[in-house]
Amino acid sequence: MKPVLLIDFGSTYTKITAVDVEEEKLLGTASSFTTIFTDINEGLENAVKLLEQKTGKLEFAERYACSSAAGGLKMISSGLVPELTAEAAKMASLGAGAKVMKVYSFKLTEDDADEIRAAKPDIMLLVGGTDGGNSECIIHNAGVIAGIEDDFPVIVAGNRNAARECEKILSPTHKTYICENVMPKFDQINIEPTQKQIRDIFLERIVTAKGLSKATDLISGIVNPTPAAVMKGIRLLAEGTAGEEGIGELLAVDVGGATTDIYTICDGRPTKGNTVFKGLPEPYAKRTVEGDIGMRYSIKGIVEAAGISKIAELSGIPVGRCEEMVEHLSTHTDEVPCEDDGEWARLDYALASMAIDTAVERHAGHISEAYTLMGLSFIQNGKDLSNIHRIVVTGGSLIHTKKTDEIAAHALFTAASPYSLRPVRADILVDRNYIIAAMGLLSEHYPKAALHIMKKELEDMGTVISPDLGAQKEESKFVPDMNEGSCHGF
Amino acid sequence: MKKKTIVIGVIGNDVHAVGNKIMYRAFTDAGFNVINLGVTVTQEEFISAAIESNADAILVSSLYGQGELDCRGMREKCEEAGIPNILLYVGGNIVIGKQDFEKVEQRYHDMGFDRAFPPGTDPQVDIDCLHKDLKMDE
Repeated sequence: MKPVLLIDFGSTYTKITAVDVEEEKLLGTASSFTTIFTDINEGLENAVKLLEQKTGKLEFAERYACSSAAGGLKMISSGLVPELTAEAAKMASLGAGAKVMKVYSFKLTEDDADEIRAAKPDIMLLVGGTDGGNSECIIHNAGVIAGIEDDFPVIVAGNRNAARECEKILSPTHKTYICENVMPKFDQINIEPTQKQIRDIFLERIVTAKGLSKATDLISGIVNPTPAAVMKGIRLLAEGTAGEEGIGELLAVDVGGATTDIYTICDGRPTKGNTVFKGLPEPYAKRTVEGDIGMRYSIKGIVEAAGISKIAELSGIPVGRCEEMVEHLSTHTDEVPCEDDGEWARLDYALASMAIDTAVERHAGHISEAYTLMGLSFIQNGKDLSNIHRIVVTGGSLIHTKKTDEIAAHALFTAASPYSLRPVRADILVDRNYIIAAMGLLSEHYPKAALHIMKKELEDMGTVISPDLGAQKEESKFVPDMNEGSCHGF
Repeated sequence: MKKKTIVIGVIGNDVHAVGNKIMYRAFTDAGFNVINLGVTVTQEEFISAAIESNADAILVSSLYGQGELDCRGMREKCEEAGIPNILLYVGGNIVIGKQDFEKVEQRYHDMGFDRAFPPGTDPQVDIDCLHKDLKMDE
C-alpha cells in the first residue's frame, strides 16, 4: 500500500481525499473547517484525524494540494474589443482557474482605475490588439494601471509590438510579466502561455500572500488553484492517458453556493451541414463561471434568471411561499434540507435544476437561421454540445439527493430555447465524494491511478434524454443530416 | 515599408465563398496583410476586426443583391467605434437588377463608402486603388 493525500483548501472547508496509488483505490474522504486566519495546518490536521477514524492510521508517502481559500485567485483583465481580445483574456483567466472579477474593454478611465484599486486583484491581465495591430489602447491602459498604487503583478499578453513599451511603463510600480499575445491573429486564440504564467505567479506570490506557505512545508508538490485542478481531472477523464482511453467528450457541472461552474472538453465545431461558424475560436477545454447563479449566496440570481413562477412550478410550492423561502435562504446560507422530499428539498430541487439550465444555456453555443439565395443556412456562435453524451455533475444540491438525474436532465436541449446547442441525450455521472479536484492533483504524478479511480468512483445514473427531442426536429428544422451539407456550388 | 492591413469579407446573409477566396489570394499576393472574415459577416465583425488589427481599409463584398441594405449605416458605426477615417470599399452585385452604375456608385458614396466596384472587376483594379488611396507609392 502507498497512501497519497490530496488536499483542497476551500474557502469554508478543507476537504481531503486519501488514495492508495498501488491498488488504485479510494481510501476515504473527510473535511473540516478551513483555518486561514490562524494556522492553515490546524484545519488540515482536524480533517486528517477525522479521516483516520475511518481508515485507521495512514503513513502518507506524498501530499498534494489545491486552494481556493481567501477568495481564490482574483483577476481583472482589460482588452480592446469586448468580443475579441477582452473575451480571449477572460477565457484565459477562467481556464487557469481564476475568479474573474471584471473584464474591461477599450481605454481604461480614471473611474476604472479607482474600481481596480478598490477591488484589489491578485493579478491584472492586460491585453489588446493583434500582433502588429492596435497598440494605442494597450499602451494607454498600461499607463492607467501603472498609476494604481498597489503591488499586484501585471501580465501583458497583447500586441507583441507594444509589449516592451508596456513593460517600461508598468515595471517601476508593478512586477510585470510579458507573455505571447492571447490573440496573435484575427481568427486565432493562444491562451496557454498566459495560463502557464498565471499558474507560476499563483505559486510564486499568491500562495505566500494567502497564508498557505505554512502548509507548503508539508506538501510534496506545487499548489494549484482548485478550479485548475478540477479542469485537469475532467480533462483526464475525457481524454485518458497514453495507454488508456478516457470516456470521451464531456460536459461537467458544479453547482455551488455562490457560483455555478461549467466545463466542456470538446472541440464543439458544427455537427450539422450548412452551418457557418462565427466569432472567436473556442478553446477545446473551456470553463465558464456564472457568478450570479448559486444555491445560497447567489440564490436571487437563479430566481431572476428563471423567474419565480418557474421555480414554483418545478417545486410545486405556491409563488408567495417560494418567495419567502428564497428570502430566508439568501440570509441563512448554511441551511440545507434535512428530509428527502419535504418543502425545502423540493425548493432546492427546483433551484438546482434552474441553476443548471441557466448556466449550461450560457456556456453552450447557439445557432441562428439565415435565409440565403442557396436556401436555409445556419450560423453558429460558440460550442455545439449536441453530440456530447456524458455529463458529470457535482455540488451539494446534486450529491445529497436521489433526484440527481432529474436535476441534471435540465442541462439538456429544451423546446423553450430551440437555438441553444445543448446535449440531447447523455449519461449522467455523479461525483458524490468530490474527488475530481483531488484526481486532477493526483494526475500530475499518477495519471493512470487517477483515471482508474475516477472511472470506478463516479456513479453512473443512467441515460437522460431531452423530452423535447421531437420538438427540436419539427420546430427548428435543424435536423442532423449530413447529406444536406453539400456546398451547392457557391 | 510596413505592410498595409486590410479586412475583407462577404457582408450579410450571403454565402458566396469562391470570390472571397480569389480576393484573399489576389490581395495576399499583392503584398497586403489580409484579414479574411469569410462569408456572412456583419458590419460589427468588420469593424471589430479592423480595430484590433489597426487596419488601413475594409473591403466589403456582396453578391446576392441585398448589399445596399446590409451596408447602410456602416460609416456611421465606424465613426462611433473610433475609426472614422478608415478607407471603405464595396464591390460585387451590390444592387438589385441592372442599374446605371454611376448612380449606384453615387448612392454608396452618400453612404460614406470611398469607392464602389461593379460586378466582374479585376482584383488588380482594387489593388491599384488601394495603392493610390493609401499613398503606398509615395
